[in-house]
Amino acid sequence: MGDLFRQNASVLANAIATKEVSAVEVTQAHLDRISAVDGKVHAFLHVNAQAALEQAKAVDAKVAAGTTLGPLAGVPLGLKDVLAMKGEPTTAGSKILEGWRPPYDSTVVQRLRAADIVILGKTNMDEFAMGSSTEHSAYGATHNPWDLDRIPGGSGGGSAAALAAFEAPLAIGTDTGGSIRQPASVTGTVGVKPTYGGVSRYGQIALASSLDQPGPCARTVLDTALLHAAIAGHDPMDSTSINAPVPDVVAAAKRADVRGMKIGVVKELGGEGYQAGVSQRYAEALEILQSLGAEVIEVSCPSFEYALGAYYLILPSEASSNLARFDGMRYGLRVGDDGNNGVEQVMSMTREAGFGPEVKRRIMLGTYALSSGYYDAYYGQAQKVRTLITRDFNAAFEQVDVLVSPTAPTTAFKLGEKLDDPIAMYLNDVATIPVNLAGIGAMSLPIGLAPEDGLPVGFQIMAPAMADDRLYLAGGALEAALTDRWGHLLIEEAPEL
Amino acid sequence: MTSISRADVAHLGRLARLELTESELDHYSEQLDVILQSVARISEVAADDIPPMSHPIPMVNVFRDDVVKPSLTRQEALAAAPATEDDRFRVPRILDEE
Amino acid sequence: MTTTSHGDVYIPFDEAMSRYEPIIGIETHVELGTNSKMWCGCSTDFGSDANTQVCPVCLGLPGSMPVVNRVAVESTIRIGLALNCNIAEWCRFARKNYFYPDMPKDYQISQYDEPLCYDGYLDVTVDTPDGPQVFRVEIERVHMEEDTGKLTHTGGATGRIHGAEYSLVDYNRAGIPLIEIVTKTVIGTGSLAPEVAKAYVKELRDVMRALGVSDVRMEEGSMRCDVNLSLNKPGDGWGTRSETKNVNSLRSVERAVRSEIERQASVLDNGGRVIQETRHFHEDTGRSTSGRSKEKAEDYRYFPEPDLVPVAPSRDWVEELRAGLPEMPSVKRARLKEEWNINDFELASLANSGALDLVEATIAFGVDSVAARKWWTGELLRVANEQGVELEALSVTPHDIQQVESLITSGALNDKLARQVFEGLLAGEGTVEEIIATRGLAVVSDDGALLAAIDEALAAAPDVAEKIQSGKIQAAGAVVGAVMKATKGQADAAKVRALLLERLGVSE
Repeated sequence: MGDLFRQNASVLANAIATKEVSAVEVTQAHLDRISAVDGKVHAFLHVNAQAALEQAKAVDAKVAAGTTLGPLAGVPLGLKDVLAMKGEPTTAGSKILEGWRPPYDSTVVQRLRAADIVILGKTNMDEFAMGSSTEHSAYGATHNPWDLDRIPGGSGGGSAAALAAFEAPLAIGTDTGGSIRQPASVTGTVGVKPTYGGVSRYGQIALASSLDQPGPCARTVLDTALLHAAIAGHDPMDSTSINAPVPDVVAAAKRADVRGMKIGVVKELGGEGYQAGVSQRYAEALEILQSLGAEVIEVSCPSFEYALGAYYLILPSEASSNLARFDGMRYGLRVGDDGNNGVEQVMSMTREAGFGPEVKRRIMLGTYALSSGYYDAYYGQAQKVRTLITRDFNAAFEQVDVLVSPTAPTTAFKLGEKLDDPIAMYLNDVATIPVNLAGIGAMSLPIGLAPEDGLPVGFQIMAPAMADDRLYLAGGALEAALTDRWGHLLIEEAPEL
Repeated sequence: MTSISRADVAHLGRLARLELTESELDHYSEQLDVILQSVARISEVAADDIPPMSHPIPMVNVFRDDVVKPSLTRQEALAAAPATEDDRFRVPRILDEE
Repeated sequence: MTTTSHGDVYIPFDEAMSRYEPIIGIETHVELGTNSKMWCGCSTDFGSDANTQVCPVCLGLPGSMPVVNRVAVESTIRIGLALNCNIAEWCRFARKNYFYPDMPKDYQISQYDEPLCYDGYLDVTVDTPDGPQVFRVEIERVHMEEDTGKLTHTGGATGRIHGAEYSLVDYNRAGIPLIEIVTKTVIGTGSLAPEVAKAYVKELRDVMRALGVSDVRMEEGSMRCDVNLSLNKPGDGWGTRSETKNVNSLRSVERAVRSEIERQASVLDNGGRVIQETRHFHEDTGRSTSGRSKEKAEDYRYFPEPDLVPVAPSRDWVEELRAGLPEMPSVKRARLKEEWNINDFELASLANSGALDLVEATIAFGVDSVAARKWWTGELLRVANEQGVELEALSVTPHDIQQVESLITSGALNDKLARQVFEGLLAGEGTVEEIIATRGLAVVSDDGALLAAIDEALAAAPDVAEKIQSGKIQAAGAVVGAVMKATKGQADAAKVRALLLERLGVSE
């Protein structure tokens, strides 16, 4: 079946279940691939080969014993380093957590283990998931496998790059303002931000609690759906977890049908400010959807122009509080404890030394936005804007079944290009942010390469809350049509490393 | 919306427990000002009668039963501590109040 | 005028009250007696080994999330109902952001502008020379929050935080459900302010106890008070208030108010300005010392807690909880007054001495109400006052009293011996039976032994026998007294008298 590491997750799972290959062979192939290419890509912060092989061996034992296994049993996965995994380094890309090994598993990890998915290690990310390029990782940037001089997106650039570099067929991301979708967009992979509360946040080191959402990443829509189904569902440890059945995303991905579906093109997300090649591929994708039997209409969401402003107040506010606990008292880095400095001084020195510039910037912004005298004008107003954005979505979903837009305004930019220009960096998230503010689900999938730079372009599909299956229904149909047209998945055009 | 001064940044640094350097004070006061100006547009929205939204998915009354579950072992609890003594987390002296 | 080592100056209370009016406010924190913590399943047991009742949630480990304890919400609603509050139809938790090493997340999950219970009141009764007077203390709010870990300060001379070289933290207490009950400002108490404050806290404690929501042990810190106080001249606007923290006994509530009145009056008398500040009360001196100035206070940056969803108790749930409320202490007092046929003064002294529940429990064991009251408000209250402890802290139980009383009724003990039994119980010498045995406290009922003692007494005073036989029966008292003395009080005097007269062939 060719190089094992080039196979998609559903193919590998089937081969393992039918004893065509062993899970150990599959895991070893990916570990070897990581050894071969990760020096260039730097998708992983930590790989535990021994633990992965042991997990794979256990899967093989179950196969041998005839145990019924889940649909992804034995398939390797890269886990974003923001999710707690018992006994394994978990840093969230920050120096302040260097060496910390959680005494517990996040719910996502528990479910991955229960699904017999083999966890290879932890993937790189912007520090505490603050960024759109993975350049804000304290452990060095990740490189885009399509062009090693370019960013892989962020914050989950490690997970997306691991997929695009064939280091893992599955990955977990977390999406606060686009951290799953934008990396998927710029690496030619698929990523889904489920409805808020669809996948448990328990064990995800929080950035902005009311926006954060873990989700599945893979190279195909079906693989993404299979992973989605494995990790989703109610969790009593997360009070914001939705206590309702998960929509059947796998069936939707298999049905892959847009006939009769009403697709809304968000007027405010596109056109000016979007790279020409992005707009071109986006227009072609809309034509394809139409040709597949969907009705494409334009809708307007006028409040979206305030989304970025609201987001960059809500996120830093919540983050400033969530990140307070990194004070050097109970775990992680401690600086300046010389027996003379008081506790306040030691906390301040620790945080100054342990956090990178983007994190400090946002902590201060959030501290400011929440402080007395400014709360109403900033945080309070941002929450009202959030209501308006949600109302825009609700009104739009009365007319259409899903909404679409380009995932990101541009293809992957060069490493260093926007590093110290926060506003330029923040603008990357303009199309992905409204989804998080409203708490709905969205997918990014590849729709081709921009003619001017030959880099992947992502297409975003947005569905109403708790209707994540629609993402797969539309995404699956579009992917199938494009694959037919190209004769292969876009990712197969990625350069050899 | 007001602009943000170097003194404001210093105050924020104290509130947020960040021992900022002199050059950071300059740098951040500039950048925070730019960011705040760019987000300030949200104040244009007339939203007096709009309810603020703190939670994206409306849910209420999520409770757990009052049942004792196993705790971590003390070893697990203290394993990551930068300093311990007498089975407790050891922290620097607290200076600010009696 | 007196000056303390801290430089605070005090003037006598009566003098202060002749010129100023006090306004008080009390914030009370009560640890709920749930099995598990507020947000996680860790045990709330008091006194366990350090850091053995902690988990990722209450240690605030990265990634962990809180889930609300249903019983804590239920208890808070019940408290609100007992305090005549409205129960919010919808309210949220909020984060109170400040850094402190005893707080694992460096924010406390609390409630801010949306408390679960609001606008209630509690009537409290204070004894005055003119009889009991009722004050209505209005309740501003009752809200839910979480407790912090426990700090121990090490090194330095004092063992206090000041001068310590470092501190140690035990997070077992972190995350224990805490409710805060905040009064509105209480005006018009005049010189009764200290008594009103104490009566309020005591009544609150009794309400908590009746509800069974907390063990409300002030000495273990499961109930703690902060007292706000300001003074103003009659007719003037309100003065600047101070907040005295660390007020951890009923007696201290009264003393803290009194002390702060004396201090602020002195400041104002000297043309000074009362500073808005936090003060710390010291049980040993009965005085407070200045802490943090509120003018430099933290900016807590409250915002709605995104990790918890709103609490919206249905009206059905609230009514169900209301229907299940126990008899409130004030109602109970009125009932017992009737049942025991006592007057206001007796009721007040029973209530104020903390004897009410104990007497009721004793009566429930079958003891006559007069006898039950006699023991608790007599001998035992005297000892409690002597030791400076609450009645219920004594090692005598209602059941002990029932045992002693039934022995008195059967003639096996008399009052004097009973007192010795209580002495033994208070000294921790064992059960009633054990003390009677080891101390040899049985009434001498052996006729032979008594007759021998009588004969001995008659032999010592031959003239007395003649007097009695000649009709002067009252002279028998001297012989009975001698016999009682000889038997060390372990005889039934009536019986001795009867035996003596029989011996002498005299009938009454």
